[in-house]
Amino acid sequence: MRKQFIKTVTNLFKKDKKIVTLLGDIGVFGFRDLFKSYPKRIYNIGILEQSMISMAAGLSNEGMKPIVHTIAPFIVSRAFEQLKIDFGYNKLNGNFVSIGASYDYASLGCTHHCPEDINLMYNIPNMQIVAPGSSEEFDNLFNQSYANKNPTYFRLSDYENEKKFKVRFGRANFIDNKSKITILAVGPVLNFIYPLIYKYNLNLIYLTTIRPFDQNILKKISKKSNSIIIIEPFYSGAIINEIIKLKDINNINIKNVSVPFKFLTNYGTKKQHDDKLGFSIQKIEKIIKKLNKRPI
Amino acid sequence: MAKNKLETDKLIHRILTLASKGGEGHVPSSLSILDIIDTLYEKFITKNKSNKFVLSKGHGCLAFYVVLEKHSIIKNLDTFCSFNSNFGGHPDKNKIKGVESSTGSLGHGFPFACGAALAKKIKNEKGKIFSLIGDGECNEGTIWESLLIASHHNLDNLICIIDKNKSTDRSLKIDDLKNKLISFNWDCFVINGHSKKALLTSISKQKKKPLAIIANTIKGKGVTFMENNPEWHHKKVDKETIKKFELILEK
Repeated sequence: MRKQFIKTVTNLFKKDKKIVTLLGDIGVFGFRDLFKSYPKRIYNIGILEQSMISMAAGLSNEGMKPIVHTIAPFIVSRAFEQLKIDFGYNKLNGNFVSIGASYDYASLGCTHHCPEDINLMYNIPNMQIVAPGSSEEFDNLFNQSYANKNPTYFRLSDYENEKKFKVRFGRANFIDNKSKITILAVGPVLNFIYPLIYKYNLNLIYLTTIRPFDQNILKKISKKSNSIIIIEPFYSGAIINEIIKLKDINNINIKNVSVPFKFLTNYGTKKQHDDKLGFSIQKIEKIIKKLNKRPI
Repeated sequence: MAKNKLETDKLIHRILTLASKGGEGHVPSSLSILDIIDTLYEKFITKNKSNKFVLSKGHGCLAFYVVLEKHSIIKNLDTFCSFNSNFGGHPDKNKIKGVESSTGSLGHGFPFACGAALAKKIKNEKGKIFSLIGDGECNEGTIWESLLIASHHNLDNLICIIDKNKSTDRSLKIDDLKNKLISFNWDCFVINGHSKKALLTSISKQKKKPLAIIANTIKGKGVTFMENNPEWHHKKVDKETIKKFELILEK
């Protein structure tokens, strides 16, 4: 998605003169052409994320459309108060594009992990949250939302879904197989579940925008399903909070596969972490089999 | 001069009245910056729309509010700190005309001002961005980060006024601020922060660099029993306080 991010921004730079990009000394080489073509609109600000976010807010207040990019924890965790006040409370447009997701940088350790980003951003009431599952999806979602009045967080990953959906900002995709079991998958987790959707004829809600949350699809699905399995590649909280807004929640059995609330002190690869934490076809299939045995 | 003093005393009286009525307010921190904001508004902000002011030390907002009121930019200030008021103990951008950014947590407004100054450069716009920060606020890392950013990007349309009211001396004292700022590649003047003339002269001397003005001020300036008295930092002002101030004025 990283390459697509550069492509998307490059295309938009030509069309929209108000876009300005600030990099936290990350992704600088990738943007080398933009640095040559638009030296006044793209800056490698340096390794000072808090000031970079506040500064972006000042740019936004003057009518620019800032895009800020660095590794997830350094935007979200480190500069959280700047995001909360300078963009959230001030109600300013801004786009925060992170890379690394929960543990893409598995071998770099916990300082570079960010399974907390979605929940933290969810705690800024007007922060829009986007988790694309593929490069194409990012391109669509970014183009549809970058210029709206709200601050928006885009969670990019180096790992993509093989199955591509045509996605719309603020809308979930829905495959209705009239099943009692619905999978609610967020972003780049489809490789672990897509084959199972057809094997077991399950419903799928595929979510790439977490806020604004598409409550309409949940309302439809909740009438038919008695079980929802949430597959969310980060700490749980945000999605559950949306689901409990449903009226007939008491009749629905909710399971989830998420990143557990602990520091992931192993190194290795992302796949090794995925396998250990339950993000695999085999482990998700086990949950489905158990649910299928339940009396309806 | 006498006329000026009378006007300033009126604003001070207004600040005390609002603080007493609203039961809130960092009064001495407002009094140290009243002369600065009053001058900036009179000479720059109301004169030219392309000039902008960012109050980074948001707790000094009472001084900001009374100046905005003086220029009829805001009304209903008597509601200060009541439940439905637009005016709280820290300024809210979306409620108050003239507030560029909601501040209160320190170290946010100054980098915000750097962004605004950079935006003006990108757009080839004229005008200056004034940011008023506290010396206590200089404890925050973002102040020093932003000083680096502003000189690196040569934001010669940015003026940072530091309210040196010695707030920070009891915690993290910052010595030799002028040389620190010069070493960050800023131009720097040290002035009497209650002298309108000194402020205007130093602003007029901005060349091709970001400009820092260290304004030596008195915390609580104008209300003698509050001056440099830390007890008053966030102490409640009541009717007795106002009477005491009025007695001083009569003398």
